Amino acid sequence: MSTAVAPDSERDTGRATKAKDSDRSVAENRLGQKLVAPAVIMMVLVTAWPMAQALYLSLFRYRLTTPDDREFVGLGNYGTVLTDSLFWRDTWNTVLIMVITVGVELVIGFAFAMVMHKIMIARGLMRTSILIPYGIITVVSAFAWQFAFSLNNGFVNSWLPFFEDNFNWFGDHWPAMFAIMVSEIWKTTPFMALLLLAGLSQVSEDMLEAAEVDGASWWQRLWKVILPNMRAAIMVAVLFRALDAYRIFDQIYIMTKGAQDTESISFLTYRQVIEQMQLGMGSALSVLLFLSVLILAFGIVKLFRVDLAQARGEG
Amino acid sequence: MAVAAAIVCTASLAACSGDDGGAPELTWYINPDAGGQDAVAEACSTDAYTISTQVLPQDSSQQRIQLARRIAADDPSIDLMSLDPPFTAEFANAGYLAEIPQDMQDAFREQAFDSAAEAATWEDELVVAPFWSNTQVLWYRKSFVEKAGIDMDQPVTWDQIIQAASENGGKIGVQANKYEGYSVWINALISGAGGQIASETDRGADAEIDIASEAGQEAARVIEELTASEAAPADLSVSNEGTSGTTFGGDQGSFLVNWTYIWGNYGDDRLGDDIGFARYPQTVEGEESRPPYGGIGIGVSSSSDNEEEAIEALECLTSPENQGLNAELTQNMPSSEAGYDQPALKELFPPELVALFQESLETAAPRTVSPYWSDMSSAIQSTWHPPSAVDQETPEQSANFIEEILNGDSLL
Repeated sequence: MSTAVAPDSERDTGRATKAKDSDRSVAENRLGQKLVAPAVIMMVLVTAWPMAQALYLSLFRYRLTTPDDREFVGLGNYGTVLTDSLFWRDTWNTVLIMVITVGVELVIGFAFAMVMHKIMIARGLMRTSILIPYGIITVVSAFAWQFAFSLNNGFVNSWLPFFEDNFNWFGDHWPAMFAIMVSEIWKTTPFMALLLLAGLSQVSEDMLEAAEVDGASWWQRLWKVILPNMRAAIMVAVLFRALDAYRIFDQIYIMTKGAQDTESISFLTYRQVIEQMQLGMGSALSVLLFLSVLILAFGIVKLFRVDLAQARGEG
Repeated sequence: MAVAAAIVCTASLAACSGDDGGAPELTWYINPDAGGQDAVAEACSTDAYTISTQVLPQDSSQQRIQLARRIAADDPSIDLMSLDPPFTAEFANAGYLAEIPQDMQDAFREQAFDSAAEAATWEDELVVAPFWSNTQVLWYRKSFVEKAGIDMDQPVTWDQIIQAASENGGKIGVQANKYEGYSVWINALISGAGGQIASETDRGADAEIDIASEAGQEAARVIEELTASEAAPADLSVSNEGTSGTTFGGDQGSFLVNWTYIWGNYGDDRLGDDIGFARYPQTVEGEESRPPYGGIGIGVSSSSDNEEEAIEALECLTSPENQGLNAELTQNMPSSEAGYDQPALKELFPPELVALFQESLETAAPRTVSPYWSDMSSAIQSTWHPPSAVDQETPEQSANFIEEILNGDSLL
């Protein structure tokens, strides 16, 4: 059975008109630019300026507590960071957390979205209860899970079979990473489910019925009809969550403070800038963090081959 | 914010610092305690100024971060601050501390214990006024010691207590999470073996790093031995002052190294009068132990709008009476002999314990006084944590790592 996707006529006409824009679309574009200008200027002031400042600072050896030592080092900070094993280990941790949590969230989130979509009784109550974890502040959820896994006052060990009562979840790398990821997954799966629910409700019932009449099994309808038609929604969900997960900080800060090699890139950056007050080195790290997030976003957009204009519903 | 401040200011003019005419309000940033510093602030408020307190975070590294960042940004709202000794040199070196007049420096130095004065000094200047001094002793459960049959009247070694605890099903409480408290323990172990972490610290980042020494290896050996033994609590790698106190109070409690306030930690009952105390354990048999030194010095912010009044207030805040008052309320012990002489303390602690505190303070080993201590400490924590990974190579590795960090060749 071939994959059924809604006709792409809109996209085709979009390409055709791109060649020569009508007077009307030119005028609309101009108006659009004027309307968006105040927001752009504000954005430049509040985001571009600090970014430029970080870029500038990253070229110096500059420590807040020894301001007299400030010295121009060019790309030296980047060299130190990129050749340091700690940076790469933290990058690996971050990528690992991102891939695993987003993967698990996608599966569980999809199941939740299906439940929210299909359920007939107590719909509001069910949707609300699924969304509750997302409404909880990340730091609070991290504390809750830290207490749950804690050896001194936690309950996880006594609930789980095969674990001794004195198993220290934060005493070793993998258990600590596991605890961090559980907290992250618990907290953000509802967000994933919400985004997927939006995509799910866009899948045409007609197509599903047609597939059913054609004799497609439940599994075939899921893989050949529902998922391909949700591609844009999945892309948005994965993109948002991946970028969020890549910047993971709160859970690590609360649960391990980076001990047991559980540090992420954001945490490393925080330590350089805030704890060690190394403004130069820390700025270099933030610039690298920003670049890697950009690359990540670009990669995900490419991977899902989604036309962003189409996702916005533009012609 | 500004609007809110303006409203508050109009409502009560006198309370607003910087207002001409009214008595200024000095804001003292304090580390969290059981109300001792609040009481001292009230006792020292005069017609010329009132002192109010603002509480800093619990974690001493976070206290350092908040104070340093605010003063670096010239925040005038901090007048006085309670500073942990390991960060005093860094603050003084960065110019965050207002200079104390020479006659006051002399008076404070005269009053304080030597270890307290040493921890408050940077480049021959007393930069903070020693307020309270803390040290660690070896706490033990009397019933456990009786069962194990150790004579606690003689100095004991780490080897002895590890052996006694593991043979009798006890757990030893230490501080080995990845935090400043772990550096405190490591520093005490190294000093107890006659070594030090660094010297020549007035050369700043070019200081001599001495941790890769026989003393460093002795320290590593003690940690190795404890982690490999039955006496290691399950939460060793995440243990801090609080959790180790809980271990000590539990069924398997045996020995605990911890600060002076442990005496008041278990209520008046003291675990059924089961708490004993002795001198901090020796790293090497026969060599006098060097207990950790902690405490608080009070500094005046160089960005304060009320520098003169704040410096004036130091005298009252750190007077023997107020050191005694603070100790009475918080069990954080005075930084001077005169403070120890306050009558209230005599009722609070048995005389032998007071004598032990004083003796421990006199021989206590402060952490390396260097503006780069927080880097050194973090570097030690990254190489020595988790404690189960410590071996005879660790001191050498940490020395190399500290040097790389101070040279800016490595990320910390």
